[in-house]
Amino acid sequence: MSQTLSAMPAPATNLAVASPLPDNERKPLTKKELAADHPTWCPGCGDFSVLALYFKLIEKRKLQHEKFTTISGIGCSSRFPYFVQAHGAHFIHGRALPFASGISLSRPDLHVFAFSGDGDAFSIGGNHFNHTARKNIKMTLVVMDNWVYGLTKKQTSPTSPLGFKSKTDQWGALDFPINPMKQAIAAGATFVARTTHTNPNHVLQMMEAAMDHDGFSFIECLSECVEFYEGAFDSSNPRKGGVFNLVPPDHDVTDELEAYKLADSPFPGYFGVLYKIARPTKNAKEAEVNRNAMEKFKGLKDWQILQKNFDRMK
Amino acid sequence: MSDSTTTTQPTGGVPRVPRVSKVSEAVIRIAGNSQDGIQAIGGFLARLAGRSEQEVMTFMTIPSTISGGPSIFQVRIGSGEVLSAGDEADILLAFYQHSYEDHIGSLKKGGIVLYDSDHVELKPEWQKDYHHVGIPISSLTVEAIGGTAKDKGKNIYALGLVARMFDLNVPKLEALIHERFGGKDQSIVKNALSAFHAGYSYCVGDLIETFRFAESEKREGAQVVMNGNEALGYGLIAAGVRFGAGYPITPWSDIMELLRRELPKYGGSFIQCEDEIASISMAIGASYAGRVAVTGSSGPGISLKTEALGWAVMAEVPLVICDIQRGGPSTGMPTNVEQSDLNIACFGSHGDAPRVVIAPANVEDCFYTAIEAVNIARQYNVPVIILSDQAIATRIEAFPEPDLEKLCQDITPDLTPVANYKPYDLSAPDGIVPRVVPGTRIANGKYPIATGLEHDEMGHPTGSPKLHQQMTTKRRKKLQALAATLPTPKIYGPPEGNVLLVGWGSTQGPIREAVDRARAAGDSISGLTLRHLNPLPDGLENIFSGFHHVLVVELNDEGLYGYGQLAGLLRARFTDPRIRGVNKSDGLTWKVRDILERVRTTLATLKKT
Repeated sequence: MSQTLSAMPAPATNLAVASPLPDNERKPLTKKELAADHPTWCPGCGDFSVLALYFKLIEKRKLQHEKFTTISGIGCSSRFPYFVQAHGAHFIHGRALPFASGISLSRPDLHVFAFSGDGDAFSIGGNHFNHTARKNIKMTLVVMDNWVYGLTKKQTSPTSPLGFKSKTDQWGALDFPINPMKQAIAAGATFVARTTHTNPNHVLQMMEAAMDHDGFSFIECLSECVEFYEGAFDSSNPRKGGVFNLVPPDHDVTDELEAYKLADSPFPGYFGVLYKIARPTKNAKEAEVNRNAMEKFKGLKDWQILQKNFDRMK
Repeated sequence: MSDSTTTTQPTGGVPRVPRVSKVSEAVIRIAGNSQDGIQAIGGFLARLAGRSEQEVMTFMTIPSTISGGPSIFQVRIGSGEVLSAGDEADILLAFYQHSYEDHIGSLKKGGIVLYDSDHVELKPEWQKDYHHVGIPISSLTVEAIGGTAKDKGKNIYALGLVARMFDLNVPKLEALIHERFGGKDQSIVKNALSAFHAGYSYCVGDLIETFRFAESEKREGAQVVMNGNEALGYGLIAAGVRFGAGYPITPWSDIMELLRRELPKYGGSFIQCEDEIASISMAIGASYAGRVAVTGSSGPGISLKTEALGWAVMAEVPLVICDIQRGGPSTGMPTNVEQSDLNIACFGSHGDAPRVVIAPANVEDCFYTAIEAVNIARQYNVPVIILSDQAIATRIEAFPEPDLEKLCQDITPDLTPVANYKPYDLSAPDGIVPRVVPGTRIANGKYPIATGLEHDEMGHPTGSPKLHQQMTTKRRKKLQALAATLPTPKIYGPPEGNVLLVGWGSTQGPIREAVDRARAAGDSISGLTLRHLNPLPDGLENIFSGFHHVLVVELNDEGLYGYGQLAGLLRARFTDPRIRGVNKSDGLTWKVRDILERVRTTLATLKKT
């Protein structure tokens, strides 16, 4: 009945196949090989430090270009993929997590990193944050939290503290802010960490721990917006007279209530891994469903599996 | 135009002596409540027809309530071609008073009402027009299989009655009952067979005439029987789709349930997401990562997906979106049919966002359209919307079994390293660049970014007016290249005449039947079904020029200016004043006689002006 030939040939590739070095002879990527566009962030922006440490992470962990993807939504932070020389995607506002989930769940060979901001992750993308966390989809999410909408020039964000004067709250923010740590723990995230751009070693440490976590790993990285919220995080920066409190060494990271209490401490609070548990990932559970389903059709070609359905519909 | 049909029907008043009439087709309407399992009777009859080399088409209504409520299932079985589910029923099987009163109007004069005399009190004023046969179906079912479960099994009892009336093939029906209820508790199969035989043994033949279907022409090869959602779902699997994401909404949900159940057998996954936006985003993510993925929805869900759809257009990532249309706007009529999503399918999303829209014309076409959609998506790196609707989604048809060995395709991404890659190469022929997906090593160390920002050839953002113009042109040219490959649709009937009825999607059957009827009555009328709606195929203006009137028959509103959504599109495309709309939006499929009546009144109005 269909008037169009339904089977079209697979798109032919017109690109010459390269003969690059075999994997075992490849050196770790250098910053030069990893850097793409020059970042468009304002001078002094905290996001520069996150980018530099991402490069360091990839170099240190010897990830090659094609082994990972860098995904983002919309916002200052979300310009990230353009600055990284690797496969990446700049998706729509708030939806980086479901997009990244699509990659994670269909391509177990890739490491998926998502970068987001407080507006992107907790406001327009709040629903996805909760559900990606509870499903424990394997990926690393770094939220560069600056407590303000920067790209659109100073509106109140979901993490802006009460009383913060913005263009949409000239008299000071009225709405109670989100606490990202509490939000993540309550949503069922299995790795919840907090760091700040002014402590590079700590940022790298958190990124490494997040990358090694089998599941949804979430880092909130305070990242100052020097243009619209200057000095927001000074009280967490020893160089500005603040205090940088590490999570106490005796904290049990698997204790949800203790983690919640730490998360609830008034600013500057604690930095480090607040919560980390082992729970099977969505990826692993789906793979198990598939193993069980495929076991019953072992040795059959795809069309033969489908034929079994059609035979029942005769 | 005449309403006469060429088929033989069981008519002729009330026979004194029971007799057997040979019929070429019959329309049976079963009316009850949604929990009575009347869909099961319809399903058995449809499947039997498929196995008996007969054609079959069904039509059902389901209440959009959580449980219960009046429901009907109409099945039309024929030895010849069956194009629609039938305007009028030959037989009405009524389980309740409301079934009887609400549906007697759909029975043709002289038709037979079989009613459950335990629940229905007949109306004397209707007795002269219809042959009434009361059977205490409920109590006889209880008698046959024991009476603990309330009213369970009376559907199968009724199936036995129908089997007797139409001299249906009992061993085949028994086999179907075994297939349906086997695997469960053996007592269930036993009860079902008891109910069936009790119904079959009831002496309907003493009360009224019975019927026998004329022999069908022998067909080569087997037929398969399924509904449109099943055909679409299995078509996607045949096409090689191994990832999808969705959110439950009627009438799309069946497809996601099917894919969730089936894809793991092939190592694939279908993910139920937190919302419609997450679904399309996740599908796009998976598509970006290599293999064409699918999402879908109905009604409000489609509205929610349009922003992300625009990203797939901009980033040139392939995707298949199933839109199983229902009545709108807003929550609208979730379990009714409407063809009112054409505009959002073709244009929904901000900016200039060209995408492909294909509407399958029947259940069989759903299967092949799914494969076609996947192949267009991956060849042109563009989202493709399959515009189905509630009527096709839920109706059952029999069609020749597809050659799965030949049709099933493997679309695993090729990760072989490449020398260099420009994802948005402006020098590519027709703007089409084969995709290189994540996981592929690129020897020159320059990697692509997929993006929704206007971009340069590597995917990096640009504010260049020239590049925006060039990239916009590139995205458009791909679809123009596709349009040039699309076949000109075939006219149903002669290529010249007075009236051309143009339709799309599920209205193909009723339109063709209307053409058959009108031509039999001497009218000069032909039909045309468009499957490719965006882009439109070439050659339509030549077809239109063969007719005095081009009437576009659609299940949507005539709009502010008197044109339905396709009529508006065709008017904009061809600026042809002969194009006019024939529309309705009552949430029901077109009846053949309504199409003919509306054509008549439209022509009469034109004559006056």
